[in-house]
Amino acid sequence: MRDLRAAVGSLGVALTPGSSAAAQPAGVFNPETFTLDNGMQVVVVPNRRAPVVAHWVWYRVGTADSPLGKSGLPHFLEHLMFKGTEEIPPGAFSKIVARHGGNDNAMTSYDFTAYYQMIAKDRLELVMTMEADRMVNLRLADEQVYPERDVILEERRSRVDNEPGALLGEQLTATQYLHHPYRLPVIGWFHEIASYTREDALAFYERWYAPNNAILVVAGDVTAAELKPLAERTYGRIPARPLPERARVKEPPQHAARRIVLHHERVRQPTLIRSYLAPTFTSEGKEHAYALEVLAEILGGGQTSRLYRAIVVEQALAAGAGSFYRGVSLDSTTFRIYASPRPGTDMTQLEAAVDQELDRLLADGVTAAELERTKRRMVAEAIYARDSLQGAARVFGSALTVGMAVEEVESWPERIAAVTAEEVAMAAKAVLRLERSVTGVLLPAPAGTMG
Amino acid sequence: MKDGPDHTVRAGVPGTMLTALLASLTHTPASPPAAKVVEVTSAKGIKAYLIQEPSVPFMSMSFHFRGGAAADPPALPGLAYMTGGLLDEGAGPYDSLAFRTELEDNAIRLTFDADRDGFTGELRTLTANRGHAVELLRLALTSPRFDEEPVARVRSQILTELRRRETDPDYLASRAWFETAFAGHPYAHPTRGRPESIAAITVEDMRAFVASRLARANLSVGVAGDITPEDLSALLDHAFGELPAEAVATDIPPAAPAVGLTKVVPLAIPQSVVIFGHGGIDRHDPDYYAAHVGNYILGGGGFSSRLTEEVREKRGLAYSVYSYLYDLDAAPLWLGGVATNNEQVAQSIEIVRAEVARMAKGEVDEGALGDAKTYLTGSFPLRLTSNDQVAKMLVGMLVHDLGADFLDRRNGYIEAVTLEDVRRAAARLFAGEMLVAVVGSPVGL
Repeated sequence: MRDLRAAVGSLGVALTPGSSAAAQPAGVFNPETFTLDNGMQVVVVPNRRAPVVAHWVWYRVGTADSPLGKSGLPHFLEHLMFKGTEEIPPGAFSKIVARHGGNDNAMTSYDFTAYYQMIAKDRLELVMTMEADRMVNLRLADEQVYPERDVILEERRSRVDNEPGALLGEQLTATQYLHHPYRLPVIGWFHEIASYTREDALAFYERWYAPNNAILVVAGDVTAAELKPLAERTYGRIPARPLPERARVKEPPQHAARRIVLHHERVRQPTLIRSYLAPTFTSEGKEHAYALEVLAEILGGGQTSRLYRAIVVEQALAAGAGSFYRGVSLDSTTFRIYASPRPGTDMTQLEAAVDQELDRLLADGVTAAELERTKRRMVAEAIYARDSLQGAARVFGSALTVGMAVEEVESWPERIAAVTAEEVAMAAKAVLRLERSVTGVLLPAPAGTMG
Repeated sequence: MKDGPDHTVRAGVPGTMLTALLASLTHTPASPPAAKVVEVTSAKGIKAYLIQEPSVPFMSMSFHFRGGAAADPPALPGLAYMTGGLLDEGAGPYDSLAFRTELEDNAIRLTFDADRDGFTGELRTLTANRGHAVELLRLALTSPRFDEEPVARVRSQILTELRRRETDPDYLASRAWFETAFAGHPYAHPTRGRPESIAAITVEDMRAFVASRLARANLSVGVAGDITPEDLSALLDHAFGELPAEAVATDIPPAAPAVGLTKVVPLAIPQSVVIFGHGGIDRHDPDYYAAHVGNYILGGGGFSSRLTEEVREKRGLAYSVYSYLYDLDAAPLWLGGVATNNEQVAQSIEIVRAEVARMAKGEVDEGALGDAKTYLTGSFPLRLTSNDQVAKMLVGMLVHDLGADFLDRRNGYIEAVTLEDVRRAAARLFAGEMLVAVVGSPVGL
């Protein structure tokens, strides 16, 4: 609960391959949209399967907007948003939702902070009223703030300090970005968490939480026509406020390949991560984003991918291998490759095998056959996403908080289907450059052991 | 404009409106009519529960063979799990790469797994590819190849994961709890085996598992999505019809967990992981739902639970603390957990004990009971919003013999629970000793 998963998965949703067009709506999620007078964007994804709604508010502020010296403050505020308003006593928010048969939670990522409830349709106005209330009426007292700071320290201990893999990940991200605040951990550095004050949190809240900095996404048994009056009499009553510019420092050019090695006494199974700086759907270099998604699938998206077949199956060097790219990020993102060795494989051998596959792809590109089957699979898989209320809400929320348009989400299948082999080759050449990479290695003790 | 440090009120929703809204809503949201469950029995006697949902063109199927990891041979824990890892790695005319290619190219998800009481699987397929998906499932169950390369690879992958878990406090705590609770009983065995047993499992062992443990008589199936009852009936026989009629018996003797001790597994980590628990209550006991409500109040209700209130909200001691009923066939259990830094473990466990004792003494009021009931009834529809969720619910109804109309009756069971029922169930359930397993460097234990 109150947790901080990063922006999630594929944007994907699809046309229905092979089925009668008449039976299915033409689009993907077929959302309806409108904007309130105060600037709050609203997206509605009707789904009549069950009389339930997933109600989300997404704020365009996240870890990368942390004040200097207060890394992770957006996540702290996320926790504190449950600690009381003028109307709702501390800790009562979730209890009220539960009393009405709903589930609730929240999440923080680099570019957004989001709050949601899943609840029976006839309680939608209630949760909208409560969410609108805490958008502007938060009250924070020391008795709520400082124990919660301790909770976050425990959360950090459980997610990071207890997990050598997470420790490596945190150090790796901080090395990948020389300057940009994406280098910060979403939960914050320990010593900076310990320094948070009530005033820090309140100042951040007042700076960033406003209806014109928020997107309302509702998926479920509701239409825009039904939602609009509810939105107007809840969020619509809150006036827009001037917002600070969402300005992050820019990442300077990267000229040197980096390597970090973490020896840890609790590691029994080594891991290799190679991370490359990469463009996003909205950043400079955006023309490569769809091709990068396809590249990640071809290279390491499953058991028939290049990395898995070569390194896990044919050479039997690795127990697992894959690659990962998600283009939904405001300023920059990473293209990552993972591999874990089998017994008897040393890490130099493993890394050489990975590089051999990358070099092969850079030299020869991808074949028409593997391109077609991969694109077809990506588009087909995306149909499953329509069956999830939360999935639909997360797709739109995460996309819109980085400034993407609804139309771009809806046209994902076409854009994926249009990717050419040449585009994949160009994207690979643009991104798979060692000087923009970090290689992270997680090893057991002994040298430089951490306890 | 800020009014002052503690009173930042800006224009927005008038507070009176929220209060009025809260007052006007009756607590329990109107229960929607449950979607219609159709019982399908195929020509060969295979039984499934189906909820048809044509709005998205795919189907999710969950299936369950009674008899799981607890029935692994004593010298070969991990047999069921490893076999499950190989059934989708080549079958019939398809070697491993060809089989995986068929799955991926057709967006078919086919997976197998094992828990203590069952060998399970999931099939998800677009309507357009359903025929092919079912044929692949049939081949996996009846003609798995166990070729040398995938066997070596999967064995290596399981060993890799076991190696990683050697220092994973969550896994170590669970293992310590079950090994201590059920020493000498099959429930003590680790489901994924041990390095020496995984290394020793042969292809003959796995073939024998498939031949003897997967049959029509111990099979239950739950399906949700774009398929008619008639098509499902044919599908069941295509997928499962060639299995033998009966499986070998895998009855696990009933057992009660050992309790009244604290087992510490030393590990140099900043935060200790604790698992606590004792015997639970049979799924068909008349007090089961009262116990379920009692557990919700104690530790199942997230931020509405007493454990979270006392350990996290009031004292900031932990990020996560919880409890739940775990319906093992031969040993129903009540379990819970908390993770906190080493200096605070003893205190956290004491708070847990104190709250359990309060519940055992019957310290529950109508308010807490009412809130628990409104959550448990009102949130039930949230568990049925996707094909995957619904298929899992349906197979569970068959496995636990809850009846095809369970979805209609379930909220009534919760609503019928009285304060007296909860107190009686709590006295039965929570008055005894716990077994506590701690992994870390707890101070003072």
